[in-house]
Amino acid sequence: MTATATGTGTPSRPDVIVIGGGLHGCSAALHLSMRGVRVLVLEKDHVARHASGVNAGGVRQLGRHVAELPLTVAAMALWHRIGELVDDDCGFESHGQVKVAETEAELATLHARVAELRALGFSHEEVVGRDELRSLVPAIADHCVGALVSRGDGAAIPFRTTFAFRCKAIALGARFQEGGAVTRLARRGGLWSVETADGARHEAPVVVNCAGAWADRIAAQVGEPVPLEVIAPMLMITARVPPFIKPVVGATGRTLSFKQFPNGTVLIGGGLLGRAVRDENRTELDFAQVSVNARTVWDLFPAMRGATIVRAWAGIEARMPDQIPVIGPSGTEPGLYHAFGFSAHGFQLGPIVGRITADLITGGATDLPIAAFRIGRFAGAAGTIAA
Amino acid sequence: MSGQATRFDFDIAVIGAGPAGLAAAALAAGRGASVVLLDEQAEPGGQIYRAVTETPVRDRKVLGPDYWHGAELLGPLRDSGAVHWPGSVVWSVARPREDGPRKDGADGPRRIQIGLSRNGVAALLTVRHVIMATGALERPFPIPGWTLPGVLGAGAAQVLLKTSGLVPSGATVMAGSGPLLWLLAWQYLQAGARIDAILDTTPRENWRAALPLLPGFLRSPYLGKGMKLMLEVRRKLTVIGNVTGLRAQGDGVLKSVTYSRNGVEQRLPADTLLLHQGVVPNLNLANATGCAQRWDEVQRCWRPTTDDWGATSVEGVALAGDGAGIGGARAAEEAGRLAALDALHRLGRIDRTQRDEAAAPFRAALDRALTGRAFLDTLYRPAEPFRVPADDTIVCRCEEITAGAVREAVRLGCSGPNQAKSFLRCGMGPCQGRLCGPTVTEVIAAERGVSPAEVGYYRLRPPVKPITLAELAALPKTEADIDAVLKH
Amino acid sequence: MFRRLPEVAGDAIPFTIDGRPASARAGDSVAAALLANGVTTCRNTPVSGAPRGPYCMMGVCFDCLVTIDGTGNRQGCQVRVAPGMAVETQDGKREVER
Ligand SMILES: Cc1cc2nc3c(=O)[nH]c(=O)nc-3n(C[C@H](O)[C@H](O)[C@H](O)COP(=O)(O)OP(=O)(O)OC[C@H]3O[C@@H](n4cnc5c(N)ncnc54)[C@H](O)[C@@H]3O)c2cc1C
Ligand code: FES
Repeated sequence: MTATATGTGTPSRPDVIVIGGGLHGCSAALHLSMRGVRVLVLEKDHVARHASGVNAGGVRQLGRHVAELPLTVAAMALWHRIGELVDDDCGFESHGQVKVAETEAELATLHARVAELRALGFSHEEVVGRDELRSLVPAIADHCVGALVSRGDGAAIPFRTTFAFRCKAIALGARFQEGGAVTRLARRGGLWSVETADGARHEAPVVVNCAGAWADRIAAQVGEPVPLEVIAPMLMITARVPPFIKPVVGATGRTLSFKQFPNGTVLIGGGLLGRAVRDENRTELDFAQVSVNARTVWDLFPAMRGATIVRAWAGIEARMPDQIPVIGPSGTEPGLYHAFGFSAHGFQLGPIVGRITADLITGGATDLPIAAFRIGRFAGAAGTIAA
Repeated sequence: MSGQATRFDFDIAVIGAGPAGLAAAALAAGRGASVVLLDEQAEPGGQIYRAVTETPVRDRKVLGPDYWHGAELLGPLRDSGAVHWPGSVVWSVARPREDGPRKDGADGPRRIQIGLSRNGVAALLTVRHVIMATGALERPFPIPGWTLPGVLGAGAAQVLLKTSGLVPSGATVMAGSGPLLWLLAWQYLQAGARIDAILDTTPRENWRAALPLLPGFLRSPYLGKGMKLMLEVRRKLTVIGNVTGLRAQGDGVLKSVTYSRNGVEQRLPADTLLLHQGVVPNLNLANATGCAQRWDEVQRCWRPTTDDWGATSVEGVALAGDGAGIGGARAAEEAGRLAALDALHRLGRIDRTQRDEAAAPFRAALDRALTGRAFLDTLYRPAEPFRVPADDTIVCRCEEITAGAVREAVRLGCSGPNQAKSFLRCGMGPCQGRLCGPTVTEVIAAERGVSPAEVGYYRLRPPVKPITLAELAALPKTEADIDAVLKH
Repeated sequence: MFRRLPEVAGDAIPFTIDGRPASARAGDSVAAALLANGVTTCRNTPVSGAPRGPYCMMGVCFDCLVTIDGTGNRQGCQVRVAPGMAVETQDGKREVER
């Protein structure tokens, strides 16, 4: 692929270079552009080529790590008005997310979860019993006893969403350079010098690392090795069937993400992993694992047993050992900010993390708690474990 | 032979039982390798020799001697000891990455995993070497109305003739270009079937370009026959040349065909329209396996990259026959034999010298079979408007996406077929791009003003054919389970 | 529209199309049997409702999808017709239960 540049901005020196054209890179570019900052996004392939364009599209507060709760709630508010932010509804629909309990013991863990959230002051999750579960999800198997529900949750269309962020950022003056990976990053005289594989060199006082599953390589260049693991969550999709389910459904005792798109196709996933070959932009499916996923659907949705699976795929994603992302300033260099390692649930956070990064760059602080995500938490860890 | 398998630890899986696969399986098994031949059809023969063991068309002159040659490939297969599993849909071939040192020698493990469905049951089979002989499919012929019932591929109509002795009745129009169109017309003539007209879309300038290649073609021991068929058809049927515009029309079902010739529009009533403009490699399985591929400018199609033996970029996976680039049935047969010899060599059964010596006659035969190919490729290169259709034409039949929609996506920043998928869903239906891939590639390339090689092709993923959730859920996970499933 | 060549022999195989009795011949795929019985349309697409019939007869186009003995979305050109088989044409999206 040859490098292509898009955007109306002047080719003068940008204020901020964003590395990575996934949702997080595009969101940072959008929020910065909204504040009049001149942004250049450098993407090695094309925008939304990786995790942000191929994920399950789940927009979920349900079941999040406690450290992510303030961010996920703030992000949800943005999702419900996403059209105002990017001039496109991103295919976002909110019919809730439901996490099904198959046994009384599982239901008990869900009650405990709600109590934990209440104590922290969050009320977006609630437990429902057998009957309400059936009215929410009529097709659910008989043995399911109840569920955890987050009614404001929903789903959006990943590629369309990421592209909408890109387009709006461009409309506000951001420039995008696609088709050339950042190969070298160095800071001299208060300026970052950023080189790409196609031989170009760009300069800016500030750099944002949104390089997804490749972000550890950028961090390593500034002496901040992180134990990022490259994973390949798998998804499969059925031929169209008539509408039969509105909410996104997950399970408590096993991994599942199950939802029907408005066009009738049903997406099945839930984090079972294939293999990622990140240097070749390639993933390999593991059909023994796909089969485990299919078995879960067989058990929970008997009506789906004869459904035809027309495609399966995997995306390349970054996972941190504690399953929460790295967000915030570099621990070693000024003028460098990170936003990566979303551990297979970063789509929902996209709209807010871009705002946080813009806050940090333009105001030096943000009103959301991000201490848990600082990169320094891995200092002294045994370096990178990436493939 | 069918189904009564007793062994499950195969050295080689051959996928596709057309000429390439039949020849490859027979040679490899004949030299002692354990071979399983997998094909989704119920009978061996592939597309060209479809139903050769059981066709109801008993008058041998109808299908012609080239067809009956297929029967000669079956004896050697039977005698070779290869295990044939008809009705096996292969939906995945993968070489799982392994950590640690490679163990490649003759005693190495079975390492390539094949996902297949047979009699409604899915299984994973592990072998050491795979020869894909997945053949060709008819090049998409996108014209307005090509999705109407009553419009079929000429290759499809030929399958109906071979397997069921069916010929068109009612008003019948054939349109397009390429050897298969003329062969089918000739077969219909022999069978006494009705054809109202043949609309020849071969561009006039192709003749000029192909003429210098004619001497090579005339030297071909096989292809000259095709010329004779064409001349006979031209003598006996209404053939309308230099056809440019072409439309199928009807309300829910085909009623007429409109075409233009020298700027004048004409209309023919039609109950059946048979379209053909050549064939392209059926590369979905190779692509999904990760085999590198390249754009062939002469044949105007993507083809997996292979060496002289058919080896692909994925270790242990070879391609033989039209699936690796269009060469026809005779060439496919020889390519199958060469791929089989190379497989035996890689498995440690023969050394390099033995392989090369044994290959000499097959290589010579392959060269003979390919003599004159360049003439055909040039003469029958489909006309631009039928590869890069006008805006109102559906290119993706599954998702009903028009060429105009693809062009609009390019204007919004879509730079290749994979983004077109995300923008428009084209190529995301059950056919997985088989009927739109070549067109989408060319439309995007033309709109961007770059070569198709630059815009690329769909990244395909297994399953390359849809399977049911129940089959997937019941996938056996251990070797013992696998054998139990395949044994029934 | 297709017709059988007069030389084609062999016993007739009874099956049904949308409940109506029909007749095929050994070796016929379901799609061939439909065409032989004058049925050129086997489904309406789930996208726009447009009618479709068999196009490729070799398992690549998926336009021949029909319901066979209660199982939907089967490729008619890849399944042999069998005595007593119940073939149904499909209308739009297939029900999930079948
Ligand atoms: C199959 C799957 C399902 C998922 N489902 C959900 C879900 O339902 N809900 C949810 O909230 N999250 C989900 N996720 C997670 C979510 O997709 C990711 O967390 C999120 O998209 C990460 O965005 P990103 O911008 O950090 O990464 P990416 O989208 O991967 O973007 C990073 C970009 O950086 C580029 N890049 C890397 N290195 C360089 C370099 N050196 N120079 C230039 N560019 C570079 C890459 O090419 C890439 O485009 C899922 C993920 C996957 C894979
Ligand atoms: S007719 Fe094309 S798949 Fe059956």
